Amino acid sequence: MRRPSRDTAESQRRITRRSLFLGGGMTAMVGALALRMRYLQVEQADQFRLLADENRINIRLIPPSRGRIFDRNGMTVAENVPSYRITMLREEAGDVENVLARLSQLVDLDPEELERARRDLERLRADTPVTVAERVSWADISRVAVNTPALPGVTPEVGLSRRYPHGEAYAHVVGYVGPVSDRDLEKLDAPDALLLIPRFQIGKIGLEAEREDMLRGEAGTKRVEVNAAGRVMRELNRQEGISGTDIQITLDNALQTYTHARLAGESAATVVMDCETGDLLACASSPSFDPNLFVRGISVADYKALLDDEYRPLPNKAVQGIYPPGSTFKMVVALAALEDGQVDLTETVYCPGHLEVSGRRFHCWKRGGHGNVDLHRSIRESCDVFYYEMAMRVGIEKISAMARRLGLGQAFDLPMTSVAAGLTPTKDWKIVNRGAEWVIGDSVNAAIGQGFVLASPLQLAVMSARLATGREVMPRLIKSVDGVEAPSGRGNGLGLNENNLREVRKAMYAVSNNRRGTAYSSRIIEDAFRMAGKTGTSQVRNISSGERASGVRRNSDLPWRQRDHALFVNFAPFDNPKIAVAVVVEHGGGGSTAAAPIARDITLQALYGEDPPLAAYPTKDRGRIKTQQEKLRQYRPGAPGEESDRA
Amino acid sequence: MSYLEYTVKTTPSGLRKVLYFNWALAILLTAVAGVGFLMLYSVAGGSFSPWAEPQMKRFALGFVGMVVIAMVPIWFWRNMSALAYIVSILLLIAVEFAGAHGKGAQRWLDLGFMRLQPSELMKISLVMALAAYYDWLPMARTSRPLWVLIPVILILLPVALVLRQPDLGTSILLITGGGVLMFLAGVHWAYFAVVIAAIGGMVTAVFQSRGTDWQMLADYQYRRIDTFLDPASDPLGAGYHITQSKIALGSGGWTGRGFMQGTQSRLNFLPEKHTDFIFTTLAEEFGFIGAVSLLALYALIVVFCVSSALANRDRFASLLTLGIAVTFFLFFAVNMSMVMGLAPVVGVPLPLVSYGGSAMLILMLGFGMVQSAHIHRPR
Repeated sequence: MRRPSRDTAESQRRITRRSLFLGGGMTAMVGALALRMRYLQVEQADQFRLLADENRINIRLIPPSRGRIFDRNGMTVAENVPSYRITMLREEAGDVENVLARLSQLVDLDPEELERARRDLERLRADTPVTVAERVSWADISRVAVNTPALPGVTPEVGLSRRYPHGEAYAHVVGYVGPVSDRDLEKLDAPDALLLIPRFQIGKIGLEAEREDMLRGEAGTKRVEVNAAGRVMRELNRQEGISGTDIQITLDNALQTYTHARLAGESAATVVMDCETGDLLACASSPSFDPNLFVRGISVADYKALLDDEYRPLPNKAVQGIYPPGSTFKMVVALAALEDGQVDLTETVYCPGHLEVSGRRFHCWKRGGHGNVDLHRSIRESCDVFYYEMAMRVGIEKISAMARRLGLGQAFDLPMTSVAAGLTPTKDWKIVNRGAEWVIGDSVNAAIGQGFVLASPLQLAVMSARLATGREVMPRLIKSVDGVEAPSGRGNGLGLNENNLREVRKAMYAVSNNRRGTAYSSRIIEDAFRMAGKTGTSQVRNISSGERASGVRRNSDLPWRQRDHALFVNFAPFDNPKIAVAVVVEHGGGGSTAAAPIARDITLQALYGEDPPLAAYPTKDRGRIKTQQEKLRQYRPGAPGEESDRA
Repeated sequence: MSYLEYTVKTTPSGLRKVLYFNWALAILLTAVAGVGFLMLYSVAGGSFSPWAEPQMKRFALGFVGMVVIAMVPIWFWRNMSALAYIVSILLLIAVEFAGAHGKGAQRWLDLGFMRLQPSELMKISLVMALAAYYDWLPMARTSRPLWVLIPVILILLPVALVLRQPDLGTSILLITGGGVLMFLAGVHWAYFAVVIAAIGGMVTAVFQSRGTDWQMLADYQYRRIDTFLDPASDPLGAGYHITQSKIALGSGGWTGRGFMQGTQSRLNFLPEKHTDFIFTTLAEEFGFIGAVSLLALYALIVVFCVSSALANRDRFASLLTLGIAVTFFLFFAVNMSMVMGLAPVVGVPLPLVSYGGSAMLILMLGFGMVQSAHIHRPR
């Protein structure tokens, strides 16, 4: 149908008028758009281009591989192994729960780890990868990799993880690494950017923590082009990091694992030192724990079990544990008295079994008394009364000074956690710390290594080494760093009278080799390896006069916690000292029965470098030792004749 | 002469019509579409699939459609106006029940061979309906309230339906396009002044009421407004699109990074990089010069339409051409404002360039009617 259009002239005029008005508006709009373009693209171009590059180019850190730790013979103590883990990005995953559910159908996820991952996924930024499963098997990783299209945001990753092939044996010395915690970060002013990588492993205790700076290495960087989801499209360039420094420690793997096995079942600690160099050949604390558990983050149940254990597996008793040294302290008092000229080698003190000091009766361990005792016999048979007398003559200041010369009362600078200083008390110390005057009874107690005196197994081993050599031997744990040998701990002469030292050593020899010596039953009969030692039994409870009257209760009748600590220090061979040993068995009973046999076994093991021949033992012990050797071999992976366990 | 007769004599017929085609307009449209193909090719990382190739096919189809429609006399289309409007409304209602969901909104009907967005069709139908209405309405009645109310209802009915989908972008285009057409038809100034004042008052009231007892919007809606006014306040949330879009644009500089060298769009920093935000790719790769050139092409298309309309003495043809030009203008002006951070992000594609089937086809049909008006203009 066609029809004429109406009002043409008027209509056209009006449309034209209004169109022009509209055209003006449109022109203004186009002008505004063009100006905006100019502003964004020309005036602010530099700024936006910078922003664009920031968007596009992401600097990623390449974690360095951590320095390895070897024993003195190059055996691996801590290494890095490839570990497969599964990470998840919240922003890519979208429905986290759904993806996790699907993932758990493919891979067994530890519920505790899953719970932590859920928390992290909620808490952290959406573009932070969160580890959902660690130490995943190759088979699981492949299964995840094949199914990635169905698992948005899930990435299988390969990284390096710490492994301690000898498990428990080095747990206390080397310590362990674990994921960086918020608390670790708080302690640092300017944390290394590496530490901000989620689940980055740093040393938590022991050598791993003390030498973290050497072991960590430096991060490399790579510049990558990423898309909006943070997925790496291509690598632009990379600068490799610097691997951590390898550290060789002085411990001897064979001896360390033997020592660890020998202490099994006791709450005990042992330190074996090379008398010449101060090298720690073994440093064990029992019971121990598997440091590998901590690497991946220990479960609450496992950790609680370790905390609740009465034998306290976590602290390193060898350097952290401080005990009254008991009779092992007598060499200190004897030397102090000899050096001070308060006693000579021929003088005897009568021991009736006790001594009255300012109205208080101090007992000798031997109720009937030793009779007339000279210095040699006082050490050999561990007469207490002789030392009560010496303490009154010499005074605490000189005794403590001698103790410090021999290595007690000071924290050695060793890369282990909480190396204890122990305590060599002085009059001033008591006033400051106890708010009381020093009394003569305190000196008398100190004379037999009780009262305020405290020492760690490490310090006792140092004491033993210094007695054996007459030099200021310093303990050393790090043998070489990156192939560069660390300074030896040989030390200079202590400046003690060689005759006095010789007499004390001879008395220690008698402890182990004289028929009347307190450790005669734990002697070595191989002439080349005869040892000199000293037993110690330190009380952990007060014996009331009432109990003393009715007869002191035997250790085996007491609850474990109240039993005496058993101690033994020794060096060997007597005529050419090579090693010094200290053994402390917590609540083990008597030093001669609980500590000396352990010290002897370890001494022989150290001197022979392998299981010693039975001929080195007294005839009546041989049957028992044979069984023991066979039993211990089973506990020691890598012992001669055993397949090395590399699992 | 108060009336004008169309005569067969003065109107070209048969194949001669091709000679009277507005070729400049057709070439400009092709040029803009060509820019679109280039950008889609680039965004796909140098590939015709998945976007450039289907887009080219659709443009070819659209071009043929435009020629076919141009051959049909304009008065036929005027007579079809009411029908087109009613069909469009019915389709919009159909979407409500049978529509498919895309990005959380019901927008299209699956016709088997293509996905039809009735809201796109409505943009043209509404222009046709309003042009036909004012062609029919005697000039004297144009500004009478009752006769003003009818076109307002014609506009608000589809707007209500489109808002339900919900599609804010299209609603705004419909209201603004319809309003401008009423303005062009000669509705009295005062109506527009009142409406604009009322909108201004509403906006003021909405902002003033924030934090008071009679707060008019929900908190999250205010936050959206905040984000629009200052995208940097939420760079990874709602402001993400606009911040990234500005970064992409800005990093283009004077001459751009070069064809296929854009980093932002290629690396997926931009959402909707092949649809609503395709302009940022162009701006990043071809810089200020490229962006202004496209703007100039768009402006030229509008200029050609307007000049064609002003030369046309037929009221329907004139209003229709202007209406389509305005709709086209609004498309690119709103889209560009949006990606440049001048307007909130509402889903409006860049006409002829953004990837999308029905929008391009329907726009080409609209230009077919512009061509028809041009060919069949009274001489």
